[in-house]
Amino acid sequence: MNDTLARLLALCFLVAVVGLLGLVWAVSRRQFTHLAAGARVIFGPGEEGRAEDPVAPSPALLQRSLGVPPPAASPPADVADRTRADRSSRGPVLWFVVSAVVWLLLGSLLGVLASVKMHWPEVLDASVYTTFGRVRPLHLNIIAYGWLSMAGVGVALWLLPRLLRTPLRGGRWAVAGALVWNVGMVLGVAALLTGHTEGVEWLEFPWQIDLFFVVGGALAGVPLLLTLQHRRVEHLYVSTWYIIAALVWFPILFVVANVPGVHFGVEHALVNWWFAHNVLGLWFTPMSLAAAYYLIPKIVGRPIHSYQLSLLAFWALALFYSQVGVHHLIGGPVPTWVVTLSIVTSVAMCVPVLATAVNLHFTAFDRLAALRHSPTLRFVVLGAMMYTVASVQGSLHALRSLNTLTHFTHYTVAHAHLGAYGFNTFVFFGAVYFLMPRITGAEWPWPRLVSAHFALVVAGFAVYVVFLSIGGLLQGAAMLDASRPFMESVEVTLPYLLARSVGGTLMTLGHVVFAAHVGGILWAASRRRAAAATSMAPAAQEVLS
Amino acid sequence: MNAALGTAFGAVGLLALAGSLLVGAPYAQLRGEGAPAGLRPYTAEAARGREAYMALGCIYCHSQQPRDPRQAPDAERGWGRPSVPADYAYDHPHLLGTMRTGPDLFNIGARQPSRDWHLLHLYDPRAVVPGSIMPAHRFLFDVGGAAGPEDVVVNLPGGGTAVARPEALDLVAYLLSLDHTYPVAPAEGSVP
Ligand code: HEC
Ligand code: HEM
Repeated sequence: MNDTLARLLALCFLVAVVGLLGLVWAVSRRQFTHLAAGARVIFGPGEEGRAEDPVAPSPALLQRSLGVPPPAASPPADVADRTRADRSSRGPVLWFVVSAVVWLLLGSLLGVLASVKMHWPEVLDASVYTTFGRVRPLHLNIIAYGWLSMAGVGVALWLLPRLLRTPLRGGRWAVAGALVWNVGMVLGVAALLTGHTEGVEWLEFPWQIDLFFVVGGALAGVPLLLTLQHRRVEHLYVSTWYIIAALVWFPILFVVANVPGVHFGVEHALVNWWFAHNVLGLWFTPMSLAAAYYLIPKIVGRPIHSYQLSLLAFWALALFYSQVGVHHLIGGPVPTWVVTLSIVTSVAMCVPVLATAVNLHFTAFDRLAALRHSPTLRFVVLGAMMYTVASVQGSLHALRSLNTLTHFTHYTVAHAHLGAYGFNTFVFFGAVYFLMPRITGAEWPWPRLVSAHFALVVAGFAVYVVFLSIGGLLQGAAMLDASRPFMESVEVTLPYLLARSVGGTLMTLGHVVFAAHVGGILWAASRRRAAAATSMAPAAQEVLS
Repeated sequence: MNAALGTAFGAVGLLALAGSLLVGAPYAQLRGEGAPAGLRPYTAEAARGREAYMALGCIYCHSQQPRDPRQAPDAERGWGRPSVPADYAYDHPHLLGTMRTGPDLFNIGARQPSRDWHLLHLYDPRAVVPGSIMPAHRFLFDVGGAAGPEDVVVNLPGGGTAVARPEALDLVAYLLSLDHTYPVAPAEGSVP
């Protein structure tokens, strides 16, 4: 390689690390105490101490569980502010969230089918359209671009006006973006079903169809720019940093990785896994963290534990997460130094992860009694815990010794679900429960279904991850022992693959409950609007429209 | 706008750094790499078979990247010497794969050179390897019709025959072309 180039890059990396260390030092010396006020921008004056969860069966019990005297009623101006914010984002948020839920259902059903095929290969094996090699990429792409991406954008669009204290501007652009994105999804699904694939994992959609995602994503980004310009806050809350960063990261990654005719051979594998891991690390994760950083403080009525720490965690994530991707190719035919760099940064991910963990968990720590009364908090706190677990696990099995065992096995798939499901999906579930009543003005019609959903997905997910991880480790051990025939590494996994199907089925049932409930609240909202319209009371219309 | 712009620029800057390290620099390093003398480009048939391999999703269960014997016993399993970047000179897109639900296939053409074996295995994996969880690909064959003189006929274990469609023949031609047993210089710094 061009030596000067290599030295230059190494220098850049060093400078970035030194910058980060400087930040650590500054934070530890409390250089940023003035920032702490920033943590409070999500609260109106006198609002701290107030518990908020529109799903709570008993708001009074939730409030009492915090163990602090409730503040006086929120100043009407703040409440009106937030109502206006929620109303302004209603259309685009509904489009994104409802589409996401539909894709979630479809994606989970395909996940179960793919899973079942692994231990009962005869199931639906007569047709090429339902062969494992078709169903599996459909599952992943529908989940990644249909569910997680659309839910993430929907939640971000809802958060923005609240964070910036101004109505969402340009919401129509985002609605158009949701439509274009959905067209891309439908075309992409049709393409994969008929075998038109780029053949590269996470990048399967043909590049012509990718254009829909580029356009749709750009349209959805317009309100960010417009609303930022009109913001009425001094300080940008940490959630806003994550949203801004995610919305500049993803388009760059998507275009670089999908551009046709540039990538070749092993270099293509590098781009592939750099992209794939960044979809998780720089797209789903920032969106989920933005939601968690907002919802946890809001629900327990207390600002984030250490605002300075969140600054550190943000920049450390930006520096390290963007470089971990090649740990998917440890032992592969790629230049050793790239692999080593990814291993080092994978381990360094402990910094932002632990900082975030301390921050989020300490915020809720001595108010955990609220978990009993706030369904939203249960989803989000569990999600935040899974972020810690999945990331620490990721740092560990990026180490060569452990990776030798786990690479190429189902263990990796269990890990992927720990992140994309345990963390991202759980946080988005919580966010959807919180935001739907706020933007529709209706209540969740069947509160018990929230608990049913929670029980199903937690049980299913636990079965999924625990059993598949064990199965993967046994598979890896069998494969590393050359005296055991290869088929042993297949046979040893069968009971665990079966257990994964059981867990996945429970999760999917949970998603059916969730989707039905989303349908229910939409129906309730439309009934309320109809009732308000017929009663012709101008005041009521004003409130509900 | 300052704080927002600062965040955006910082975010893009760090991503650009990561991109140049993980993608840009290897791009420059690997671009000049020529194909090894022993590696032949894909024939038209094998290239079509490669498309079929992608369209049928074989990659979700099979890798094509044997590891160094110091790291894992891939060579002992007959999967071949550790691969080097030059081995992939003709590979657009790459098909390295990250799952080994089934064996590594980088040298399957050398390990299993029989076309008939592959056709039967594709038609019914469990007829060849009891307990296999590989999907059957019967839809790549015509069953029951009369075979013409040009047709490739698979004799099924339970009696009866199936005629391989062109897609199946292409796919097998691709599998047979996966033979990287020629010698290469070990990769730079290839310590596991
Ligand atoms: C669900 C996972 C799965 C998929 C998808 C899959 N295979 Fe397999 N494959 C296996 C397993 C497991 C084995 C080992 C048992 C056997 O030989 O059948 C295997 C074995 C093989 C073998 C024999 C390897 C050896 O060393 O003997 C070949 C060749 C092969 N597969 C080719 C393919 C092709 C081509 C495709 C795509 C059309 C494909 N496989 C799709 C799981 C899969
Ligand atoms: C929102 C929910 C879900 C998310 C976010 C999700 C995410 C993912 C991801 C990221 C992968 C790729 C793994 C990798 O490449 O290593 C994957 C693969 C897979 N998922 Fe899911 N998934 C979800 C639900 C489910 C469900 C309900 C099932 C049912 C059992 C399931 C079964 C599978 C299977 C079988 C694979 C393929 C594994 C393989 O190729 O060996 N998933 N999923």
